Amino acid sequence: MKYLCLIYDEEQKLGGMSQSESDAFMGEYSAFTDAIRESGHYLGGEALQSVQTATTLRVRNGRLSATDGPYAETKEQLGGFYLIEARDLNDAIQVAAKIPSARLGCIEVRPIMNFEQPE
Amino acid sequence: MSSDAPTERARDAVEAVYRAESRRVLATLIRLLVDFDLAEEALHDAFTAAVERWPRDGVPANPRAWLVSTGRFKAIDALRRRARFDKSVSELALRLEADTAAPALGETDGVEDDQLRLIFTCCHPALPADARIALTLREVCGLTTEEIARAFLTAPPTLAQRIVRAKAKIRDARIPYQVPERADLPDRLDSVLHVVYLVFNEGYSASSGVSLTRHDLSSEAIRLGRLLLELLPEPEAMGLLALMLLHEARRPTRTSPAGELVLLADQDRSRWDRELITEGAALVERALASRRFGPYTLQAAIAAVHAQATSAEATDWAQIVGLYAVLLRAEPSPVVELNRAAAVAMRDGPAAGLALVDAILARGELGDYHLAHAARADLCRRLGRSEEARASYERALALVRQEPERRFLERRLAELAAGP
Repeated sequence: MKYLCLIYDEEQKLGGMSQSESDAFMGEYSAFTDAIRESGHYLGGEALQSVQTATTLRVRNGRLSATDGPYAETKEQLGGFYLIEARDLNDAIQVAAKIPSARLGCIEVRPIMNFEQPE
Repeated sequence: MSSDAPTERARDAVEAVYRAESRRVLATLIRLLVDFDLAEEALHDAFTAAVERWPRDGVPANPRAWLVSTGRFKAIDALRRRARFDKSVSELALRLEADTAAPALGETDGVEDDQLRLIFTCCHPALPADARIALTLREVCGLTTEEIARAFLTAPPTLAQRIVRAKAKIRDARIPYQVPERADLPDRLDSVLHVVYLVFNEGYSASSGVSLTRHDLSSEAIRLGRLLLELLPEPEAMGLLALMLLHEARRPTRTSPAGELVLLADQDRSRWDRELITEGAALVERALASRRFGPYTLQAAIAAVHAQATSAEATDWAQIVGLYAVLLRAEPSPVVELNRAAAVAMRDGPAAGLALVDAILARGELGDYHLAHAARADLCRRLGRSEEARASYERALALVRQEPERRFLERRLAELAAGP
């Protein structure tokens, strides 16, 4: 079953890391990604650029309105995601718990909607 | 339907088996059928079949296995009937039928595991806290939705919805029906213990309303605690059961016949349940000896010191303060600090306790907690600082939600006004 792991970090905290801390953090991510590729959990994943590069848009009554920034100002910001294949929620939780940001920020784990019609 | 002696005996047997085994049968059916609602229907159908067949065929040698087997077949039958109208169901029916994990008639292995699976699933951290409580009381304890709703002062449809949503999440997020692995067990056990403790607390001191205790919930929690300990002899499970037993032992003396609050120091110790205290104290000893104990065990140890003191004056406050210090390291929380402050006041005098309470409040913590202000009021009162005592009693009264506690605080306030 597919799950999306949404990675939330305090950008300020990450920005405050020294170069060596930051390199080490990235190294952990690299190792994590390799590990879940190997275990067969990995389906996809990306890091996102800073929330300052975000644009939020809405279309109401046919009119597009775009604003600078994320849809909500929050203490932690969406920083990336992994799409994983897991046996069940416990399996997904075990995988997500090893995402480096789980220690500093948080990971939201959500099952992908299954639209397949059974035969 | 004839009502002769064998039929009566068989019906009595069904009832007895229902009381003793229905929860365990349900737990196994949930594993086999992978669906709570299907399992509940299967349970119902199995017992209906028992009522029909046992008078005729005799009570089976292994009633539980008979019920599981019958329930499973009934469920597959029901699914096949539904499959004629809904093709998605036929796959499930085929899979269940082919499932070689189904127990043979004589087999009962893993049934204890099924109950553990059920408890851990109902208490899964991915479910909202109030849903975990509702689901556990419904599926593990067998309370009806109405009974649970009444106990928690919620409307039955609200509670029913809560349970429906929880079951949906179990299905949609695929929360697996399993006992957590060794590595995850401590955290997951914490979640279970927390649910049991919340149920007990709700019964022990109802969070709002007229009466101070709701007896049935506490009994249910203790029953759950015993079951959990039987299935999983972990130190913290011992500690929690001990804590509940020690609190329960004092129940008869917590309120006066008129329903008024009676403080620990004023309770009639001759009416404390000595058997429960002995059992609780023994569990504390075992848990402490394991050296793998945690907050519940420590709280139970504190309760044991109180329960074993022959009088309020004989209470070993030094030991209690020491235990609170350890508890604070295991579970740093302002409420624990407050309780420690009260104990320090008993050991070292009110001024020492007051300094600690004021430190907590100065940090901006527990400002909305009526017991913090009540504690402060009491300490000021003992120091003869009446104005401050009055102010704190009034703060506490503004925050209190329990009628007996309110009346107690009002009495104290009145005593202050009456003067020395």
